[in-house]
Amino acid sequence: MAPSSRRSTDDRLFRLGTGLFALFVVLLVAGIAFELFRSSRLSVQKFGFGFWVTKVWDPVAGDFGARPFIWGTLYSSFLALLISTPIALGIAIFLSELSPKALRTPLAFLTELLAAIPSIVYGLWGVFVLVPLVRKLQVATPDWMRKIPLFSGPPLGVGMGTAAIILAVMVIPFTSSVAREVLRAVPNTQREAAYALGATRWEAIQAAMRYGRTGIIGAIILGLGRAIGETMAVTMVIGNNPQVSWSLFAPQYSMAAVIANEFTEAADNLYLSALIEIGLVLFVITLIINGLSRALIWSVTREVKVKAPKAAAPAVEKAAA
Amino acid sequence: MTQSGRRKAFSRFVEILCGAAVLLALVPLFFVFFYVVQQGFSSLNWDFFTKMPKPVGETGGGMANAILGTLYLIAIAGALAIPVGLIAGVYLSEYPRTRLATATRFTADVLNGIPSIVIGIFAYSLVVMPVKHFSALAGGVALGFMMIPIIARTAEELLNLVPGTLREGALALGATRSRAAFSVMLPAALPGIMTGILVALARISGETAPLLFTAFNNRFFTMRLDQPIASLTVQVYTYAISPYDDWHRQAWAGALVLVTVVFVFSVLARVVTRRLERMHRT
Repeated sequence: MAPSSRRSTDDRLFRLGTGLFALFVVLLVAGIAFELFRSSRLSVQKFGFGFWVTKVWDPVAGDFGARPFIWGTLYSSFLALLISTPIALGIAIFLSELSPKALRTPLAFLTELLAAIPSIVYGLWGVFVLVPLVRKLQVATPDWMRKIPLFSGPPLGVGMGTAAIILAVMVIPFTSSVAREVLRAVPNTQREAAYALGATRWEAIQAAMRYGRTGIIGAIILGLGRAIGETMAVTMVIGNNPQVSWSLFAPQYSMAAVIANEFTEAADNLYLSALIEIGLVLFVITLIINGLSRALIWSVTREVKVKAPKAAAPAVEKAAA
Repeated sequence: MTQSGRRKAFSRFVEILCGAAVLLALVPLFFVFFYVVQQGFSSLNWDFFTKMPKPVGETGGGMANAILGTLYLIAIAGALAIPVGLIAGVYLSEYPRTRLATATRFTADVLNGIPSIVIGIFAYSLVVMPVKHFSALAGGVALGFMMIPIIARTAEELLNLVPGTLREGALALGATRSRAAFSVMLPAALPGIMTGILVALARISGETAPLLFTAFNNRFFTMRLDQPIASLTVQVYTYAISPYDDWHRQAWAGALVLVTVVFVFSVLARVVTRRLERMHRT
C-alpha cells in the first residue's frame, strides 16, 4: 500500500475511534431519558396525568400524587429567584461596569467561590446556623403579621422561607457570572452612544442591559434550572412535609427532596416507579430550562465571537470571548 | 435640584446599590466559611482521619472509612470519566464543525445541567437494579457520568488554546492525524487539562445526592466493588440529621475537610489557568 493511502486509513480510524467516545456522551443522555421513561411506566399508566394534580402521597395505601412536591419545587425556586436576581444582576453590573480594575478579578473569584461550596455544606450550615436564626425571627414576628397566610404556622425554623434563602445563595454565582459574560459581550458603542446623548452612568448601563436583555434573561433562567434541581441543602431545611401552602413558615417538600429521602425506602415497584416519574419530570423540566437559557445567552454572546478572527489564532478568540 | 443633578444622584445611588449587592453576596460566603472553620477546626483531630466510626451512641471514633470511601469512589469515577472525557475532547477540538461535534457539545451541556439526583436514579437502574444491592461501583459510575461532560469540555477548550501551527507542523513532517493529536497537541495542553481534571475531581467529591441510593453507606470499609461503601458527604449528611452531639461535631469536621479540598483546588486551578493564558498570549 502506498504510504499516503495508509495515512488516510489511519486518519479515518482516528476520526472513527475518537468519534465513538464523543458519541458515548450523546448516547449517555439518550440512555438516561430512555431509562427514566421505562422505569416510570408503571406509575404513568396507573395514575396518568392525575399524578400531578393529586395531593395524596400515601405509600402504604399505594396512592401517589405529586402535587405537593411540584408545588414545593416551583414555589421555592420562584422565591429563591426573587431574592437572588437583583443581587446577582447587581454583582454582574458592578463587576463588568463599575469596579476598579484591581478589584475585579478577586471579587469575581470570591463570588464564584459560592458555587464551589458543596451543597451538603450549605445544608449543614443551614441546619445548625440558619434554621435557629429563622426560628428566632419567626418567634419575634408580631401576631398581626402571623395572621397573614404568608407568615402563618408554628415557628419551626425549617420551612419554605429557609429553603428559599439557601437556594438564593446557591443560585447567585451562576446568574451573576453568566450575566457578567453577557454584559461583556455588549459592544462598547452602545454605552458610548448613550454617553454621547448625555446619559448618566446608570442610564448608559441600562442601554447596555437593554441590548443584552435576552442574554440576561437566559442567565436568570439558568439560575432557575439550578434551583429546581438542587437536592441536599433543600432536603435538609425545607421541613419535608408534603403540603401545599403559601406560608413561608410552613414545612413543605420538593421533588428532589422526596427522591433523596424515600428512594431507599421504596419497598414496592409502584412506589419506586412513582419516585422515578418525579425524577423524569425533573429531568424534562431542567432539559427545557437549560436549553432555553443556553439559546438566549448564545444569541447575545455569539455576535462577539463572530467578530474575532476565525481560525487564524484560537488563543486570540479565547482572550476576546 | 436640577433635572440633571437628580439624574446624576440617582445614577450614583444605583451604583452604590450594585456595590452593596457584591458585599451582600459575600456575607453568606464569609459566614459559611467562618462556621465551618470554627466548628470544624475544634472538632478535627487525628482520630477523625485514622479511626473507624464507633457504634451508635458511643462518642469518639472518626471517619477513616468515609475518607477512604470517597477516595475509592473518586478513583472509580476517574477511571471511567477521564479516558472517555479526554478522547471525546480530542474529537471536539480536531473535528469542531461536524454534526457529531455539535451534538456532543449540546448533550454535554445538557448532562451538566441534569440534577445530580437524576443521575443517581440512572446509575441505580443501570447498576443497582440488576444485582439488587447497593455498590461502590454504582456510586463511582454515577460520579463518573457527572465528570464526563466537564472533562470533555475542559479538554476541548485547552486543546483549542494550543496554537494550530503545532498540528500543521506535525502533519507537514508526515505525522498521521492521530500522532499529531496524541503526541503533539495533547502533551502541549496537558498541564491545563490535568488541572481541570483535578478541579472536576474535587468538585465531584463534594457530591452527595447521587450517592444516597447507589453507594449507599457502610460503617466499615471494604475494597469490594459490589458492596456498599461510605463517603465523606453521605456520612456528613447522616451525622447532621442525627440527634447526637458528637456526630454533629464530626459532621462539621467532615465539612471542613470537604471545603478545604474544594478551596485548595479552586485556587490552584486559578493560578494555573492565569499562567497558561499569559503564556499563550505572548
